[in-house]
Formats: sequence, C-alpha cells, structure tokens
Amino acid sequence: MGQSLIDLQNIYKSFDGTMVLDDLSLSVKENTFVTLLGPSGCGKTTTLRIIGGFETQDSGNVIFDGTEISKLPPNKRQLNTVFQKYALFTHMNIAENIAFGLKIKGKSKPYIQDKIKYALKLVNLDGFENRSVDSLSGGQQQRIAIARAIVNEPRVLLLDEPLGALDLKLRQDMQYELIRLKNELGITFIYVTHDQEEALTMSDTIVVMNQGYIQQMGSPEQIYNEPENAFVADFIGESNIVPGIMLHDELVEIFGAKFACVDKGFGINRPVDVVIRPEDIDLVEPSRGTLVGTCTHLIFKGVHYEMEITTPDGFEWLVHSTDMCPVGQEVGIHVDPFDIQIMNKPASEDEEAVGVNE
Amino acid sequence: MSKKMLSGPYLLWMIGFIIIPLALIVYYGLTDKNNVFTLANVLSIATAEHSKALWLSLGLSFASTLICLVLAYPLAMILRNRQMGQGSFIVFIFILPMWMNFLLRTLAWQTLLEKSGVINGILTALHLPTQSLINTPGAIVLGMVYNFLPFMVLPIYNTLCKIDDNTINAARDLGANFTQTLLWVWFPLSVPGVISGITMVFVPALTTFVISNLLGGSKILLIGNVIEQEFTKGSNWHLGSGLSLVLMVFILLSMALIAKYDKNGEGSAF
Repeated sequence: MGQSLIDLQNIYKSFDGTMVLDDLSLSVKENTFVTLLGPSGCGKTTTLRIIGGFETQDSGNVIFDGTEISKLPPNKRQLNTVFQKYALFTHMNIAENIAFGLKIKGKSKPYIQDKIKYALKLVNLDGFENRSVDSLSGGQQQRIAIARAIVNEPRVLLLDEPLGALDLKLRQDMQYELIRLKNELGITFIYVTHDQEEALTMSDTIVVMNQGYIQQMGSPEQIYNEPENAFVADFIGESNIVPGIMLHDELVEIFGAKFACVDKGFGINRPVDVVIRPEDIDLVEPSRGTLVGTCTHLIFKGVHYEMEITTPDGFEWLVHSTDMCPVGQEVGIHVDPFDIQIMNKPASEDEEAVGVNE
Repeated sequence: MSKKMLSGPYLLWMIGFIIIPLALIVYYGLTDKNNVFTLANVLSIATAEHSKALWLSLGLSFASTLICLVLAYPLAMILRNRQMGQGSFIVFIFILPMWMNFLLRTLAWQTLLEKSGVINGILTALHLPTQSLINTPGAIVLGMVYNFLPFMVLPIYNTLCKIDDNTINAARDLGANFTQTLLWVWFPLSVPGVISGITMVFVPALTTFVISNLLGGSKILLIGNVIEQEFTKGSNWHLGSGLSLVLMVFILLSMALIAKYDKNGEGSAF
C-alpha cells in the first residue's frame, strides 16, 4: 500500500488545563481502514476533530499528503466527516442533504443528480430522494450521512462513532456495509469507536488509546494476540493477566510453576506481566496440569462454558472451554507455549498511570 | 370528567376576558350611536386623516421590525456561540432593562432627546448645533426598537441554541464558508425564531400609542393614537372599535403572510 497520507506529529491538546492528547504521533497510510479505539475520554474523538479541523491542537503538526494543514479551516480540507448523531440538515430533503457539498463546489445540475442517484444506490436507499430527514430511521439517517460525505469524493472519510446510536443487529449489518463501501470506494477511513469488537471486525489497523497516549498500534490480530501492555490486553477481549518471572528466554514462572513460552529478550529473572486468553487455557487431568486448581464457578454460554478455576495462591483463572468441569472438582491447567504473551511491567509512574484502571 | 373541570377556570377566563371583549368591539365597531348596523366606522379608515395614520403606523413598525431583526440576529449569533455561562450572563444583562417600567424607559428617552435635553446639552457644550430629535418619526422608531429589541433577540437566541454544533460542523465539513453556512444552515434552521420575533415586535409596534405620544408629540399621529383618542377624548367608542377592527385585519393579514413562509409552523405566535 501507498505512503502515509496523514501524519500527526507530536500533537498536544488540553481543555481547561486537562491534558487530553500528550505528544501524540500517528501516521495513516492511504487506502486503509484505521480505527482509533479506547474508552471514553481517551482522546480519540479529539484526535479525529483535530484531523477534521474542528479543534486546533496546542502544538504539533497535522500533515496531509505532505502539506501542513493545521491552519486550514474544515471547509478547505480534502476530507469529510460522518458525525456521531448524523447531523443531517433537517430543513432539507434527502436529495438536498446529499447535494449540499456538491452545490457549494458549483457542480452542474446533471452531475449532482447522477451523484445523488449513485450515492443512494451505494447505501441501499434508492428512491429516497424526496423523503424528509424525520421520516427516516436511525440506521437510514446514518447511511444518508455517509452518502452526503462520500459524494464529495474525499480522500479521507472520518467517522466518529457512527454506529453508536444503533441497535446491535443494525450495527452488525452496518459494519459489513462499511467494509464493502471502503473496498468499493478505495478511500481512507479513520474510524473512532469504543467498541473493541467493531474495531476488530472492520479495521486494517487498530490504534488503541488511553488517557491521551497511544497504547498500541497494529493489525487486529497483533492487538488481540500480542497485546503490549496490561491495558491493551484488558481492553481488547477478556484475559487473565498474572504476574510472572521470566526465568530466561522461553521460560516463565507463574505462581511457582514453570511454563514454556516463545518470548525472548526479557533478560534473566525479570518480573513481567503474563497474558493468557481464557480460550487458550486447556483443562487437563490434575496430574498432567502445570498448575492445579478447583473450579469455583461455571456458566453455560452457548458456544462454550465459562469457568473460574481458583489456584491455591488465590488467583481466579477465567477459562472458556467446550470441556466442562463441575464446580468443586480439581482440574489441571495447561497452556501451549505460543498462547502465552509476555509483557514488560510498567517501568515508570507515567506508564503506570496508563495501565488498567479497575 | 374531573379533567374537564380543571379547564373550567381557564375557559371562564377566556370567555370573560377575551371572547366577550372581542365580541363587544365587533358589536361597537359595526353599529352607530343608535345601535343600528353600519359600516361607516370601518370605512372611515379611508378618510385622509385615518389612512395617513395607518400607513405611517405600518411604515414605522415595519422599519423598527427590520432594524430589530438586523440588530438582533448577529447579537443572538454571538450569544449562541459564547460558552454557556458567558452567554446567559449577557442575556441577563440584556433583559435587565425589561424589569423596569416601560413608561419610565420611554420617558428616559424623552429627557435624552428633548430640545433642552441631555443629547442637545452635550452638543451645545461641544459647540455643535443642536438637533431637533424629539417629535420626529425617527424618535418613534428609536423608542420602538429600544423597547421591543429583547422580544426579537430572545426567540432567535432560543432557536439558535437548539441547533446542534455538529450540524454546523457538518456544513463546514462539506465545504461551506461562513456566509454559506449562515445562509443555508443557520438562517433556515432559525426561521421559527425569526418569525416569532417579528410577530412579537411588529404587532405591539403597530398598535402602540404610548411611544408615539411620548416621543412623537401631538404632531405625529399613529393609528394607535387615533383609536386611543376616540376612546378617551372623542368618546366615540363606535369609531374607535371600527378602526381597531381594521387594524386587527391588517395584523392578521401580515401574520398570515409570515406564516406562509414558516413551513414548520413552530414559531408563529398562534
């Protein structure tokens, strides 16, 4: 894929003395689907608004296709935004909404008519030209908001939690629709959400943010399988995060038991955090288990059982398995080496602050 | 049943203080001193004196409504775009004079504009020629604008506040500059407020006689003054009522005209 289209360089932003973005740098390649993911207040929407031109950073540069655009007002930027609550023009009908940007650019009437038709087809709302905004459902309004943005052929489409107000089923449908749109249009999507599942489903690249810092950036697989710190591990999916000691390369000690792993380069006898996903824990005979515990909790979830296995040290392991272990029974825990993810312990107070807040 | 009873007092109020007085005006307006039906009272609007007063009233209230709108809209925009606390403080400052008596405020203008008033006093002190300010149509328009401006600002401010920031951001995002956003988004969305502002300024301006009495002297007669005099000095209630009926028709006409442009129907005073 091409070179980077948007570069955020050392962005600082604070509101009323509260630091929202702290030295944020991020580069977005052309024609990718990038998701800014994080809990509310992590600075993801602010980042999007800075790219869109609705906020100005306190310091730092916004580079768009090689040009610094920090001073440009939103109407001069080659990107369009889909807002959280649609923000359609209620005094106009659907066709007028979609035509808004094109009319401003002074396009010809037949061109605009063609574009409206094309855009409505693209979002599966043919024939809605003369409907009023109020007569549309939330999902339909959101599609119109997307249509209104893409007719302008922006190079980047910014989406600010566009599916947040929709119900689950509609949200899933819209996710597939957005992926299809992105592939058909070949434009760069920058998507903001707090929904990790949405992020994993749609993105090429996920940027996990917390308290104004980028915690990790990578493909959905990387983010899920190789979280770099406890925050990412905890925020994306469910996980067991346990303290461990890296005895040497490829061997970690957890609660006195030695687990083989595949991680290297952490040094010798170094304290680390270990992430193990609930679905990666195998339940075995107590005699064959690396650790032995007692099942203290059991729920049937449909696809799998959810269990809590308490080991003698008091830690409750969350386990997802199709094997069932009744409450009160002793069971062994085994984890394959490549299912163990080792993370550095937070080194400084600064890093501690961005860790898991529970 | 009990719910219907609850509306009883309001119904009585409406009948006693709105329907009956209105019916009386219609009755007086359409009869002469011997209680015989006649259109003479209504048609007397066509006399030179009365029609001159009516046209002058329409002209001056139209002018002051327009001036109020031109002053109020930018002010409401500024207030809307202020941060919460700041905006409401300025609105408060703005409403403050309204807590003072309407007559007092108009009398204050009289003292300012008089031949030997404050403004001319200052002009004299600066060795500038004195101006005849009072008893001119301009003074009346000034009085109207001063008294009725808040009634234009508040409804416009309220509708502007209801417009979501992101709607404006969306317009900017789609390439609209400030003027285009103002003309195609801000203004159309604030039409209901503008309509009720116009109604709330135009109607009292058209019917006022206090402002024209105090700032227009006896030289300038508005239709409100004519009607007032028929009731107080002329003691011809029939003629006064007939002329108010004509005035009412003009008000209804202008409101219908405005309502035609108010698609949503949210803002009209009816």
